[in-house]
Amino acid sequence: METKLALPADKIAQARELSVRIVKPVMDFVEAHTTVTVERATLRLAGADGADSDGVPVPNLIVDQLKNKLEAGALLYYVNALVKTGETVEGLNAKIAAGLRVGDLPLGDRSAIDRKASELVRAFSDRVTRNRQHREAKLVEFEGKNHSPMLYLIVATGNIFEDVKQAQAAAEQGADVVAVIRTTAQSLLDYVPYGATTEGFGGTYATQENFRIMRAALDEAVEKHGRYIYLTNYASGLCMPEIAAMGALERLDMMLNDSMYGILFRDINMYRTFVDQKFSRMINAFAGVIINTGEDNYLTTSDAVEKAYTVLASQFLNERFAYAAGLPAKLMGLGHAFEMDPEIKNGFLLELAQAQMAREIFPEAPLKYMPPTKFMTGDIFKGVVQNALFNFVSQATGQGIHLLGMLTEAIHTPYMQDRSLALENAKYVMNNMADLAGEIEFKQGGIIMNRAHQVLDEAVAFLQKIEQLGLMDAMEKGEFAEIKRPRDMGKGLDGLVKKGPEYFNPFEGYLKAELGLEG
Amino acid sequence: MIIRPYGDTLNDGAVQLSFTLPVPDGPRGREAARVFVEKLGFKHAEIVHSHAMADGFSFYVAYGKTETSVDFDTIQIEEATGEKIYTMGEACEVIRENLGRKVVIVGACTGFDAHTVGIDAIMNMKGYNHHYGLERYQEIEAHNLGAQVPNDKLIDYALKVNADAILVSQIVTQKDVHIQNMTELIELLQARGLRERFIVIAGGTRIGNKLAVELGYDGGFGKGSYADHVATFIVDRLIERKHNA
Repeated sequence: METKLALPADKIAQARELSVRIVKPVMDFVEAHTTVTVERATLRLAGADGADSDGVPVPNLIVDQLKNKLEAGALLYYVNALVKTGETVEGLNAKIAAGLRVGDLPLGDRSAIDRKASELVRAFSDRVTRNRQHREAKLVEFEGKNHSPMLYLIVATGNIFEDVKQAQAAAEQGADVVAVIRTTAQSLLDYVPYGATTEGFGGTYATQENFRIMRAALDEAVEKHGRYIYLTNYASGLCMPEIAAMGALERLDMMLNDSMYGILFRDINMYRTFVDQKFSRMINAFAGVIINTGEDNYLTTSDAVEKAYTVLASQFLNERFAYAAGLPAKLMGLGHAFEMDPEIKNGFLLELAQAQMAREIFPEAPLKYMPPTKFMTGDIFKGVVQNALFNFVSQATGQGIHLLGMLTEAIHTPYMQDRSLALENAKYVMNNMADLAGEIEFKQGGIIMNRAHQVLDEAVAFLQKIEQLGLMDAMEKGEFAEIKRPRDMGKGLDGLVKKGPEYFNPFEGYLKAELGLEG
Repeated sequence: MIIRPYGDTLNDGAVQLSFTLPVPDGPRGREAARVFVEKLGFKHAEIVHSHAMADGFSFYVAYGKTETSVDFDTIQIEEATGEKIYTMGEACEVIRENLGRKVVIVGACTGFDAHTVGIDAIMNMKGYNHHYGLERYQEIEAHNLGAQVPNDKLIDYALKVNADAILVSQIVTQKDVHIQNMTELIELLQARGLRERFIVIAGGTRIGNKLAVELGYDGGFGKGSYADHVATFIVDRLIERKHNA
C-alpha cells in the first residue's frame, strides 16, 4: 500500500502489541467458559431447528432442559438422544418440540456418541464449504462487476416478503450489499424466532427461514444483474453466535459483529459478550463471512473530533479479537464513520485524515465506512451535500464497504426513492473522481498529516492506559464511549457457564483445527 | 394574516414535491404524475424531472402552485414547550446561570408497561434520533428506573434522590390502561401532599400535552419529542417556580 501520511511503523506496531496484551487475559477467560447461546449455536450447527407449539425454538428447549448440565456441553445430550432413539436430526427435533427431554435419557456408549457427532460435524462442514465455494465461484464469475468501495443499502420493512421486493429493487439500482435491519430490540431476545416473519418494528426478525428467503431472492438478482450481491445481517446481541451459525448455513456474506458493542450500547453483560463474540467469529471465519465492526457507534455518544482515537483503538482491539478467533484481515470490515459536526472549520480535512489513516493502518481490511447520521437534520437538501462529501472521502481513501447515506436520515426509514437518490449520488461522485486518489499527495506537516499522527499517538496512549487497567476494568470505568458497564451487571450474565473438565463440543474443536487456533 | 407558500412573489403558492409512482418511467408515467399533482389541488403542475428506479417504479420531481391558504393568526399550538427549545448545551448553560445546581430527574415506565423504548429515548445517554438523552446532560442528574415500576415506588425514589421532576412513560394503551395508571400516580401524589413538590410529566406515542394536562400533569410529550423538549420544559418551569417563590 502506498503511504501518504508517513505514519510511524513503530507506533502502529506498538498499538498492535498493546492490543495483544489487552486481549490475552480476556481470551483466557473466554476459553474457560461457554454460554447458553454458544450451546444453542452448536446445536444449530448440528441441525437442531424448529419450535414447539408455543413458538419456543428447539435449541432453547434443549438448553433450558439442561440447566445444570451445560458444563458438559448441550451437544452431548442431543447426540446421545440421536444415538439412543435412532432418529434423524429432523425426527429428533420434532420429538423435542413435542416434549421429549434429551437430558432425561441416560448417557450411552461414548464412542457411538463421538461417531455420530463426527458425522454431524462433517455434514455442517460440507454444507458451509459448499456455500463458501459457491460464493467464491460467483465472485470469480462476476469479477470486477462490484463497485469499489462496495455500495451497501439497508431494507427494513418488518415483513420479509416486502423486504425481498425492496432488496431486489436495491440490487437493480446498483447495490452490492443488502442488509436486512432487525426488528427493534431483537438483540435483547435470548432466542431466535422460528420461521418466516411479516411483523417487525423498524426492521425484520433475523430467522433462519427469513435468511433463506432473502438469499434465494438475491441469488436471482445476482444472475439477473451479473453481479454478486452480498447479504448482510446482525450477529450481535444475546444470540450472536446462533445468528452467526444461521448465517453460515444460509450463505450470508457479511455480519455485523463487534467485540464490545453489545456491552456498551445494549447493556449486555461483558463476560457473556466476550465469550459469544469468539464463537461467532470462529463460525464467521470458517464460513468466509466478512464481519462489520461497530466503531461508528462511539461517535454517536462521543465527539468525533475529540474521541477519534477511541475509534482507532477499538479497531485495533476488534482486529486482535478477530485474529484470536481465526478471522483473516480480509474478512475484517473494521468500522468508522463520517460523523464530525459540519460546522467545524476544516472538518472535511479531519475526516479525510481519519479515513486515510484507517486505510493505511489496516491495508487488507475491507473497511466499513458509515455515513453521516448524527448531524443529519431533516434538511434533506443539506443532507445531500453532506452525503456527497462523505462519498468523496470514501472514494479518495479506498474504503471497502460504503454504507450509503440517506438524505432522509433522521426522518424515516428510507423510501425507495431515498435509496435511488443515494445510489445516484454515490455513483456520480465515485465515477467522477475515480482516479483522483492516485493523483494526490498530502502536504508534509499539513493539517491532514498532522491530524493522522495526532490520532495515532492518542490511540497508543489510550491503549497503554487500557492495558494498565485491564479491558474489563476500563469498561467499568467508562473509558469507551463514556459508558460505564460493571462486569457483574448487564443482560445475559445468567447464561454464562464455566466449562466442565469433560466439556463436549466437537464443532468448536473442528473449527479451531480448521482455523489453526490453539487448544 | 392570510399566507401561502412563497416562491419568488408573495403568496404565489409555489410548492416543490417529489415522490415515487409504482409504474415505469416514460411519457405516460410523467403525465400520470402531473395529473396527480393537479388532483392534489395544485395549478400549473409541472414535472421537472423523472427517472426509472427499480422494475416498474419511477421517481418524479414536481412543482405546482396552490391557492390554498391559512390564517396565521388563528394558528394554535398544543405542545408543552413554546417556540424556543434549548439544545443540550443551552439547557446546561441556563441551569448553571439560573439555578446554580444540578437538576434531578427521575423517570420510569410505570404499572405493567414493560416498554422502555420511550423512557430510554428521552433518558439514555445515546438518546434517540441524534438527540442525546438526559443522562448526557452535564447539569442534569438523571435516574432511569426502567420498566414496570409501581407508582408508589416511583414517588419514594423521587423523594429519596430529592428529584425536581418525575417522568412517566406509557406506551401500552390497550383498554386505556395508561389513563388509569397515569391517574393513579397523580392521586397518590395528592394523597401524600406531594403534587406540588414535583414537576410531573407524562410521555408516550399516544400521549399529548392536552391529555396529560387534563389528567393533572404539568405537561405531556408525544411522538416526535426528544430530551431537548423535556429538558426545556423542566428547566423553564423550575426557573418560573424560583421567581415565584
